[in-house]
Amino acid sequence: MAAFILKRLAIGLATLVLASIVVFSVMEILPGDPALLMLGMNATDEALAVLRNQMGLNDPVHLRYLAWVAGMLVGDFGNSYTYSTPVIELIGERAVVSLPLATISLALSTLIAIPVGMFAAARRGRIADTSVMGVTQLGVAIPNFWFALLLIYVFAVWLRLVPAGGFPGWGGGVWPGIRSLFLPAVALALPQAAILARVTRSAMLEVLGEDYIRTARAKGMPRRIVLWRHALRNAMIPVLTIMGLQFAFLLAGTIIIENVFYLPGLGRLVFQAITQRDLIVVEGVVMLLVASVVIVNLAVDLTYALVDPRLRSRA
Amino acid sequence: MTVETHLPDAQRHWLRLALANRSFLTGLIITALIAAMALISFVWTPYDVTNLVVADRMKGLSAQHWFGTDHFGRDIFSMIMVGSRNSIAVAFVAVGIGMGIGVPLGCWAAARGGLVDEALMRFNDLVFAFPALLSAVMITAIFGPGAVNAIIAIGIFNVPVFARVARAGALALWPREYILAARAAGKGKALITVEHILPNIASMLLVQGTIQFALGILAEAGLSYLGLGAQPPMPSWGRMLFDAQTRMMVAPHLAIFPGLAIVITVLGLNLLGDGLRDVLDPRLRRER
Repeated sequence: MAAFILKRLAIGLATLVLASIVVFSVMEILPGDPALLMLGMNATDEALAVLRNQMGLNDPVHLRYLAWVAGMLVGDFGNSYTYSTPVIELIGERAVVSLPLATISLALSTLIAIPVGMFAAARRGRIADTSVMGVTQLGVAIPNFWFALLLIYVFAVWLRLVPAGGFPGWGGGVWPGIRSLFLPAVALALPQAAILARVTRSAMLEVLGEDYIRTARAKGMPRRIVLWRHALRNAMIPVLTIMGLQFAFLLAGTIIIENVFYLPGLGRLVFQAITQRDLIVVEGVVMLLVASVVIVNLAVDLTYALVDPRLRSRA
Repeated sequence: MTVETHLPDAQRHWLRLALANRSFLTGLIITALIAAMALISFVWTPYDVTNLVVADRMKGLSAQHWFGTDHFGRDIFSMIMVGSRNSIAVAFVAVGIGMGIGVPLGCWAAARGGLVDEALMRFNDLVFAFPALLSAVMITAIFGPGAVNAIIAIGIFNVPVFARVARAGALALWPREYILAARAAGKGKALITVEHILPNIASMLLVQGTIQFALGILAEAGLSYLGLGAQPPMPSWGRMLFDAQTRMMVAPHLAIFPGLAIVITVLGLNLLGDGLRDVLDPRLRRER
């Protein structure tokens, strides 16, 4: 168990280091002078030289890389070229939109998908199973931003139940915030839920064929308890794996969905920063997103050990 | 090549299974229709998509314009036909890149094992840690928007997918007796991979290819929606949806049809992939 955890930790760390090198190198080869970007086209050569020196742009590459990494480790992501504020503050402002958005949609997708997948598996081959699987097939095929447009049309334009976009902030209370995050969360959750339901169903089918399920049923244990207590627990490993992988999709999905709904979140921040060549913001946000993907997948790996006692005793 | 009037038994068996599989048949028909639509668009579309008729702008559905017209008076049906070329081309080449690089890598790792294998798996971890769309946005924004850069961005993320599938498939085959026999006969690892491993993992790769094709269509639509895919005046489904968003209140049909085109294409490919897997893998067939 300890060896398993250590190995996963080492892999996660190695991935982060490699990712930071990739991100740094990509930003390094990009054209564009941050000093010029900050001072504008009319800046004198002298002022540019001074600023470059101050920003450490004249240092050797490896020193700049190390300074960048060391800064991030203590929460210093540098200052945005276009906003002239610390990147960490920008991230903080935007995270209060993106994190609740991702959390709500992950919760929605899990709460819908697992029962639906179990339901379909329990009725395998019957009409209920076939129709549920047909719907999920459709859910997988729908682009989330198109679904978002349809949701806006029905719930915002037509029924006027929720705002069509924008975010009022959390200052006016929790409810207005949740209200404007609801449609985006549903749009993000739909394809995830469809995939997760399909994975849950096939994992459950695999487990339901096992001897211990038949034994549990034979000794008179009610069907529902067998499903939830014995089958689901054993089917959780593939389900958790997919949930971990989906977290990355969810983060990426916020780039498009936040643009559809004009939400001032991390996805929109990184998208705008890329188009404005605000590289230091891009570097910071991308590293943060990569780190959260790595951490979530690490957590998933460690959860295996909790869900599956066989992994615990191994190693 | 001689034309055979009687298919070999194995092939006839396969064909019968395939045609009896509802997913496969539905998926095949949809995919064939979309492909036909793209091909026909090269020689004929109801209207010229570069022809702006401002007097006809944002018309609803009619006998003249089946799916209505857009804000420049272009025929939506014609634009969807031409847009299908772009979607198919981007996704197809991206799958080609993924297979072309990923499969050799995966086979190499499985054959060599050890350090090569470990390095490949870490490379996979690295690519998977970057949310694909985020990197695609970065790549297209850095190298400039356009269909070619969209292909590269989507293609890169297909590489580890195919590497993983090829590696897993090949690893399962290496301990088999017929591979051992080939090795005992003195064949090298490269030759064994080409002669014995590849034919046996081809069906897995084909299924994965279909799925990645569908994902590629979705990814291309997303990039075009963000303005990073094919550039105007070349019609693309994602771009049409972007243009539709601000005009949806007055003309919802602008958003409906390009979206439906994406959904139907992706659905068709996914059904085809599912069907292929059922037909090609007897072990899974029994499960159903």
